[in-house]
Amino acid sequence: MADVTITVDGKKVTAPAGTLLIEACKSAGIEVPAFCYYPGLSVQGACRMCLVRIEKMPKLQTACTVPIAEGMVVTTDTPEVHQARKATVEILLGNHPLDCPVCDAGGECELQDMTFAYGAAESKYMEAKQHKEEQQWSPVVFFDRPRCILCYRCVRVCGEGMDVWALGVQNRGVTSLIAPNQQDHLECEECGMCIDICPVGALTSGAYRYKTRPWEMNHVGTICTHCGDGCKTTLGVRRSKGGMEIVRGDNRDKSGINGDFLCIKGRYAFDFANSDDRITQPLVRRDGKLTPVSWEQAIDHVANRFKQIRDSQGGAAIGVIGSNRTTNEENYLLQKFARSVLGTNNIDHHRTADYPAFAKAVAGKQNITATLRETMTAPAVLLIGSDPTEQHPLLAWNLRTNHRLHNGRIYIVNSGDIKLRRQARAYAQVPVDGGESLMVHYLAGDDSATSQLQSGSLSRDVLSDFRESVRGEKELIIIFGSEIRGDDILALVKWGSGQSAKFICLGDYSNSRGAADMGLYPDLLPGFTALSNHSAFAQEYGSSMPRQSGLGIEGMFGAAKSGKLGALYVVGANPVACYKIDPFALKNAFVVVQDMFMTETATTAEVVLPAANAYEKAGSYTNTFGDLQLLRKAGDLAGVRSDFELIVRIADRMGADVHKLVPFGKGLRADMGQSRGAQSGEADQHLVWLAARNLEPKLSPFDPEALLDEIQRLVPGYNFSRLNLFAGADVHTHAPEFSTILQPSSPESILPADDTLFTSGTLGRYSKTLNSIIENRRATPVEIEIPAD
Amino acid sequence: MMQYSPALEQRFQKLVAQYPWKRSALIPLLLYAQDEVGHLSDEVISDIARRVELTELEVRNVISYYSLLRTKPAGKYVVQVCTNISCMLRGAEEVFAHCRQRLGVDHKEVTRNGNFSLEEVECIGACSWAPAVQVNYDFHLDVTPEKMDTILDTYEKQTQQ
Amino acid sequence: MKTIYTPTPLVTHADEVRIISKRFRQGAQDIDRYMELDGYKAARKALEMRPDDIINEVKASGLRGRGGAGFATGMKWSFIPKQSEAPKYILINGDESEPATCKDRLLVEYDPHSIIEGVVIAGLAVGAKLGFIYLRGEYRYLLEIMEKAVADAYAKGFLGKKIFGSQHEFNILTQTGAGAYEVGEESALMESLEGKRGLPRLKPPFPAIKGLYGGPTVINNVETIASVPPIILNGGKWYASFGPNDKNGGTRLTCLTGHFNKPGVYELPLGYPAKKMIYDVGGGIPNGRQLKALVPGGSSTFLLTQEEAESATMDYDWFAKRGEFLGSGGVVAIDDQTCMVKVALRIMRFYQHESCGWCIPCREGTDWLKKTLTRFHDGGGVSKDIDQMLYLANNMAGRTFCALGDAAAFPTISIVKKWRQEFENHLDGRPCPFEPASREMALA
Repeated sequence: MADVTITVDGKKVTAPAGTLLIEACKSAGIEVPAFCYYPGLSVQGACRMCLVRIEKMPKLQTACTVPIAEGMVVTTDTPEVHQARKATVEILLGNHPLDCPVCDAGGECELQDMTFAYGAAESKYMEAKQHKEEQQWSPVVFFDRPRCILCYRCVRVCGEGMDVWALGVQNRGVTSLIAPNQQDHLECEECGMCIDICPVGALTSGAYRYKTRPWEMNHVGTICTHCGDGCKTTLGVRRSKGGMEIVRGDNRDKSGINGDFLCIKGRYAFDFANSDDRITQPLVRRDGKLTPVSWEQAIDHVANRFKQIRDSQGGAAIGVIGSNRTTNEENYLLQKFARSVLGTNNIDHHRTADYPAFAKAVAGKQNITATLRETMTAPAVLLIGSDPTEQHPLLAWNLRTNHRLHNGRIYIVNSGDIKLRRQARAYAQVPVDGGESLMVHYLAGDDSATSQLQSGSLSRDVLSDFRESVRGEKELIIIFGSEIRGDDILALVKWGSGQSAKFICLGDYSNSRGAADMGLYPDLLPGFTALSNHSAFAQEYGSSMPRQSGLGIEGMFGAAKSGKLGALYVVGANPVACYKIDPFALKNAFVVVQDMFMTETATTAEVVLPAANAYEKAGSYTNTFGDLQLLRKAGDLAGVRSDFELIVRIADRMGADVHKLVPFGKGLRADMGQSRGAQSGEADQHLVWLAARNLEPKLSPFDPEALLDEIQRLVPGYNFSRLNLFAGADVHTHAPEFSTILQPSSPESILPADDTLFTSGTLGRYSKTLNSIIENRRATPVEIEIPAD
Repeated sequence: MMQYSPALEQRFQKLVAQYPWKRSALIPLLLYAQDEVGHLSDEVISDIARRVELTELEVRNVISYYSLLRTKPAGKYVVQVCTNISCMLRGAEEVFAHCRQRLGVDHKEVTRNGNFSLEEVECIGACSWAPAVQVNYDFHLDVTPEKMDTILDTYEKQTQQ
Repeated sequence: MKTIYTPTPLVTHADEVRIISKRFRQGAQDIDRYMELDGYKAARKALEMRPDDIINEVKASGLRGRGGAGFATGMKWSFIPKQSEAPKYILINGDESEPATCKDRLLVEYDPHSIIEGVVIAGLAVGAKLGFIYLRGEYRYLLEIMEKAVADAYAKGFLGKKIFGSQHEFNILTQTGAGAYEVGEESALMESLEGKRGLPRLKPPFPAIKGLYGGPTVINNVETIASVPPIILNGGKWYASFGPNDKNGGTRLTCLTGHFNKPGVYELPLGYPAKKMIYDVGGGIPNGRQLKALVPGGSSTFLLTQEEAESATMDYDWFAKRGEFLGSGGVVAIDDQTCMVKVALRIMRFYQHESCGWCIPCREGTDWLKKTLTRFHDGGGVSKDIDQMLYLANNMAGRTFCALGDAAAFPTISIVKKWRQEFENHLDGRPCPFEPASREMALA
């Protein structure tokens, strides 16, 4: 498309033909104010704030509705334009309630900003203001109707953006209002996009209402700890009794891979961190009861017992279960600790996707994995299995936006009827229990599966049209869920790579890909490196590193049951509940659990160590697409420690060389913000610890960045750009492509999380907000009186 | 299930099929349903939403925009007195005041027996014959307070038949 | 429920030039009678003409949109592209809701076939096969008359697959509105016809390029389209000759309303002197009073003082020279015993009630003005209110998404400026000089 040159305020501006004037101005650094205009949503021209003067046009024009034309001469900074903007704000402030003192948006309100900017400070309004009733539409959405300026952003983001269409405009003229789909409440996905996008305080979060003021919070942009998409969530934190409390989550910082988007979990479900059920003291079982002890006592006990069991029974008698929510550095450290200090390969984690098979399939190939960002602009996407609307909301948003704005072609294979069907160019609804697998082979060219695939909605013609269309796509991204495992993945990649497709393997939980990449497997080293190819690691870990494959989770529990497992170290996981294991199987093992809550597994433990969650530490996460991002510490709770720190302390107490475990002191910038530093004002426990040992912050052995150095050096596929990562961007990793895996683990041990928008495993159980939403949806609807006209 | 008279049902079938886009049938469907049922109840809204393949929210959005559509019952006879400029200049306010007095209700209210409701309305396009009053769809022109009595008497009689 | 129907009364005046009201008392609703009175001859003639020639004839006539906007009809038709993937449509705007306007109803009531004939000719001119006749919801009895006329035309083969025995297909659907003034705006009309809230659309794209159902659409007022058959039958030049020049051609149905001795709808030629219209045709002001103000064409226009009114000619040019508008044909005479503040208030109440609510200046501005005018008329006004009202109206005009903002601003500006003294006389709690016991007028 040809470029067009226009003149704005005397400056020459060039932009592609078809660019809206308001965007062209923005690209030249000229800000044109607007309420209703929002990039990515349909154009309205309703608020009249963006009026500018275009030569040769008789009236002022809205910059948001005019595409630039060659030679256009525009002025945006004249008394005429300023008067128009000022008058619009003045007229708007007529009926707008003077709620600022009690309105949550105060301090971050676009109407306040406009009023300051355009000098409409004196109220000229002497009449009675138009009043409308306030409503609560859901446990988390409050609608203060009088404040609404009718910019229609919420209606559009709910409809066009989320494809939920739960909001509409009703009445006429000054009595116009935004109405929810159930007349006085909402039935929707509770994503909260409407709240984020509202420029004023009309739509506000029920989870945040009246809690605090924006200037009383620090805002920390970190990565959400719920699903595998890796959205950036901005957590507002405020000093509290126990440290720093997370008071709200939203998407003010739109610089993450999620752009404008954030779902219900990233937004509201941080409150598990504030739960009263958090364990804040180390516990050791005495006389059958878990009793609080000091940190010294707890760590000593664990270290001594680990040492003793290792020395007497051998490392193979110890099992280690890692987490899907701990950072890459913690995962890497855990397996390094297990292999180099405990001397065991009995390492596993709750597997939700067959990453090893994926690694085997793509090993050695270039440019074969797609990033999450690419799903927004790819010309064609094939989605097999999974339900992104529920399990990967950002992916669903990207696919919808791709379809809406870029005419992306979405092909879907699913045994159910998922909401993304509405954006699908072709939809193959396959039989349940194996239909997706059959489809993979059909697409790869195996026609023998055709008769099994056919059904009422899926005729032979539809099937073959589907395959033909997909095969004709030259720039295809193939996304598959955990329905596709083992050899099916190999078959899928073999076929797809033949037409230069790129692949995405979907797994659950925020860092399950990180757990896989960092080698939390009994038979794989970091980077899906085969055990037999251990030389690089053996150099670092020591020659005593075990060479034989270890036990997976089920194997460990089997060993425990038969008395062969002496100790089990569980970090941030709940295998007793997840794998439905009989807790009595563990009665003869020394079980140590590091976690936030008294989970089913923790209740079987002999030692429980209170752990921090992802919002309370720094480190890095890898999303299921392979995009690596930094976490920043937001919350802080007295009495908990990061898993990283706990592992180092145990190792230290066991007599291991901590400096070999964590080669700290090398980085310029230690601890990646692990301590709160001067910002917090109150004594930071970590700093106290360092001070007691005469260590400066940059010499902290709890420095995840020091380990990041090693990861970058040793883990195949993790040779990323530090510059980009530390600038806050996401960088794509390629661990599967560099793998040297010979034989992937058994796919039967894969247990998808089956979370929905309203559940999130352990975290979801302890989130009051999520639970209140679930309750609200389940409650029997009350007889609603028809509201007055 | 919402039941309409056979004639209306037939009319509905014709309406949803005759336009290039089905949704065009919405406003006629709503108005004709309201003419028969009296107002747009939840049942009617649900039924019509189904016929035009729209969400109920969307149907309510449309209903709430138009002055003639109502979701609450009105009187059997809706007395609509225009008080816009041409009618106002020729005594519409007196006509309206007279109606209020005679019927004992104010704007948008229904008489206790449900026979009449009263509304002050905007221009109904009978300006050269002002003051003009519409009762349901009947136009009454050159109305005075006295004539208003005769008009209301006629409708009153109809309610007794 | 039994409906009560009485035919709308008609009037005459010697100066009338009856082009479109010619058949009014002659039973022309009946299709055979219509044909006796030269009905459907123009359509047959148009079938033999080239589409461009039809358009040129209409261009030559100087016919301009009679709904109030006054856009040249021939030019509007010529904007329809010759080729179009999307089907083309004719849409007749019978929403007639502009205060003081009551003429389209007469055409539908007394000469419905002339509208049908006009639609057919328009369809032939631009290549459309489907026409819609949209009537406001309150015009139910007129809709029934129109539906019968359409059915009769089908029965005769004048509509349907091979109209008048030709190879052309043309269909007409009638549609009811449900009460909304904004729907008279052409793009809001399309929205309403498509089954949505009657909100205006972004322009461009203009209806001629992308209108109903995404296809090129001609939108014409009832009176405009009814003027087409005589133009085709007698020629554009003939039609233009009735007015002062070929940009102000033909006749208009003029609605005399308000303080006239002889209110009614008269078909007067373009350029007719306003003084004659007021005192001769309209019979002057009743009760021996003087004319104080005149609304020239629907409440969306600038009001004229007595001197201005008496010097005006009823054509587009006279008003355009002053930067004002001839309007819809709805003339309102206001006598010297009427409070202009009250007039301003009642007019603003209308716009506040009818504002669609889409854009800030109109939605909030009309409400603010209505409230201020109400307070003002009730005696609660303060001096700065007067300039404030002007400030608001001036900051609404030209800033809104559609012309309703202008329509609300223009009469207000003209009333406050030209009768400022009356506003001053309401200050300091003084009672309205014309209505000491001014009552509160509040629409819900």
